[in-house]
Amino acid sequence: MALLRRANSVSTSTIGLPTMVVSYTLLFAWTFVVLFPLYWLAITAFKIPLDVNGGPFYIPWRDFQPTLENWRYIFVDLGEDTFRPYENTVVVGLTSTAITLLLGSMAAYGLVRMRYRVTIGAVLSFVAGVALAVLLVVVHAPWQIGGGVGFALFLLLLNTVAKRSKRALGNDDIAFWMISQRMLPPVAVVIPIYIFFQQLQLLDTWAALIIAYVASHLPIVVWLMRDYFQSIPLELEESAAIDGASPYRIFRSIVLPLAVPGLVATFLFVLVFAWNEYLIALFLTSANAQTLPLTIAAQNATRGPQWWYMSVLILIMIGPVIAMAIALERFIARGLLVGAVKG
Amino acid sequence: MVARVDRYAAGVFILPAVVVILAFSIFPLLASLYVSLSRLGFSEGGVELKFVGFDNYAKLLFGIDHTHFLGVLGRPTVISIAFLGVAYGLILYLLYRYARGPNFTVGGLIGRLFAAVVTGALLFLVANTVLTSGRPGTLAVTIVYVAVDVTVQYAIGLGLALLVVQQLPGRRFFRVVFLLPMMITPVGVAYLFRMLTDTDKGPLYPLWVHFGLVDVSWVTNPWGARLAVMVGDIWQWTPFIFIVLLASIETLPHELVEAAVVDGATRWQVFWRITFPLILPATSTIVLIRLIEGFKIVDLPNVLTNGGPGTATESLTLHAYTIWRSLDIGGSAAVAYMLLIVVTFVGVTYVNLFRRRITGMS
Repeated sequence: MALLRRANSVSTSTIGLPTMVVSYTLLFAWTFVVLFPLYWLAITAFKIPLDVNGGPFYIPWRDFQPTLENWRYIFVDLGEDTFRPYENTVVVGLTSTAITLLLGSMAAYGLVRMRYRVTIGAVLSFVAGVALAVLLVVVHAPWQIGGGVGFALFLLLLNTVAKRSKRALGNDDIAFWMISQRMLPPVAVVIPIYIFFQQLQLLDTWAALIIAYVASHLPIVVWLMRDYFQSIPLELEESAAIDGASPYRIFRSIVLPLAVPGLVATFLFVLVFAWNEYLIALFLTSANAQTLPLTIAAQNATRGPQWWYMSVLILIMIGPVIAMAIALERFIARGLLVGAVKG
Repeated sequence: MVARVDRYAAGVFILPAVVVILAFSIFPLLASLYVSLSRLGFSEGGVELKFVGFDNYAKLLFGIDHTHFLGVLGRPTVISIAFLGVAYGLILYLLYRYARGPNFTVGGLIGRLFAAVVTGALLFLVANTVLTSGRPGTLAVTIVYVAVDVTVQYAIGLGLALLVVQQLPGRRFFRVVFLLPMMITPVGVAYLFRMLTDTDKGPLYPLWVHFGLVDVSWVTNPWGARLAVMVGDIWQWTPFIFIVLLASIETLPHELVEAAVVDGATRWQVFWRITFPLILPATSTIVLIRLIEGFKIVDLPNVLTNGGPGTATESLTLHAYTIWRSLDIGGSAAVAYMLLIVVTFVGVTYVNLFRRRITGMS
């Protein structure tokens, strides 16, 4: 479905003048609702504090004299304090998105084209192994021993009891399990993750944020890409397989190139989430790995919110994402949200 | 050799994702459960988690923190009674219809009774804290946020999608512009709306003067503050619903609509009889996503109002965060688990009762 180009809209009949007037009025009304806050943001970035606090001034040059003072402050005076969070946001955002996209697409492809059968017995063996390991750690055994014993129990059960289990979970169950992880509020898992990274001494580093973001955005990628892969015709892959290509090669050289529109849209989507993420960064970072949303939130300093600096920060933060969204709009609208569209 | 590698391909494709999800979702979730059943205590040589059973939950539901979490019930008013009457009537009617219907099973009835009781309890809480002189706790506030936000977002998103789908010149411009708010960091949206809603030096100052509201600071008014949070969230996430519904409407076959128009159907009829039923699957998915994501709201209230005045705008996630900051880690995990339980309940109920039926239909 997604590969078919549906350029035209539902109604092909000509539109009457009254309808047109009403439509445009409503459309421009919402355009105003969307753009006015952004306009206000943009002009505030060029105002001196007096012009912000002295009452609303709307139009540059007429109501107030625009100045680059705020930009100078953010880029020159703050300098390092602006660039470091920016660098963090770019690195963490791009890296985590790339990794999520890779792992998620692989899993999604597997779920679409391969058959999985996980017996209930295997799942229960795993749970039993984990339970034993946790129990041992709780009664103060070293975690290496707890983990080892738990793993041994898992292998033991897997090769004995679990072999007899007939009922199994299939692809759909696994997909549902993965996607349903999105229901998990981050705040419910962030404390153990905090302790985990604290133990590894990874708090306030890129690695911690990247790992946490990969985990929390993986379900979106699996969900979107699974639907996308389903819409790719099977024949190409089959003929490649007959020619002796391995599954990895088929995935890399045939499936991924065909899925570019879906990948682009998913990339944008996940990048926006990672770029703007606030809660996990709030828990896991302090000074070094702080990302931009935290820097912006921190502008609400003791002297009250410094709107003019804040506006500059928000502008430079949303600039790249908005540029990307405008450039890639066509992908979002068409290829991408197939999953949601199909239901 | 090649065949051997291929045999493991299935595992190679899926295992990395499974491992990541197990390690960073499932294990933390279990660990969190344990944390929520314990209290952080100071002992010799540092801190220690002490197992306290369900104390943290009891504190939220009946103990010192219950006004924060559940709120204060007010005396029932005409509106709250009417609201509950309608809601309970609807639930009973749905149950009755199911019991008399052809798909009736005992298991199905038990599941539905459970869903009805929990929904009834949540509605009771919301009605008696929000629609009366009571004070809603973070649970009720979060539910109100989600209910209002998703409803309004859907209404506006659908309206815009229907407008843009017409073949008007310049539709690409509207598509791009309408998408923008979604890209902005929620923290930025929060500050933006703080600037815009400032009654003293915000751009709406002339309006406030006109209505004589200049001296009224909405930040100190609980409903004013909540309204600001909701407006911000609606502004930000309407685009998401818009873009999905637009894509959905654009993939509908034209022939149906054209045939209907030829037969003399009005626009209204075309929408209700053809377009709307056909976009129900997309609707059900998008509403599910927004429901789930909506419950996680935290940035907006935290930055916009700092949860204030008092705790009036605090969402559940923000509640968990503020408790965490005061080092009550067990209590924080308990709030987070309550949120998880509510989200799971809403998600599962929604999927079972609506979504499955709708997607089964198409």
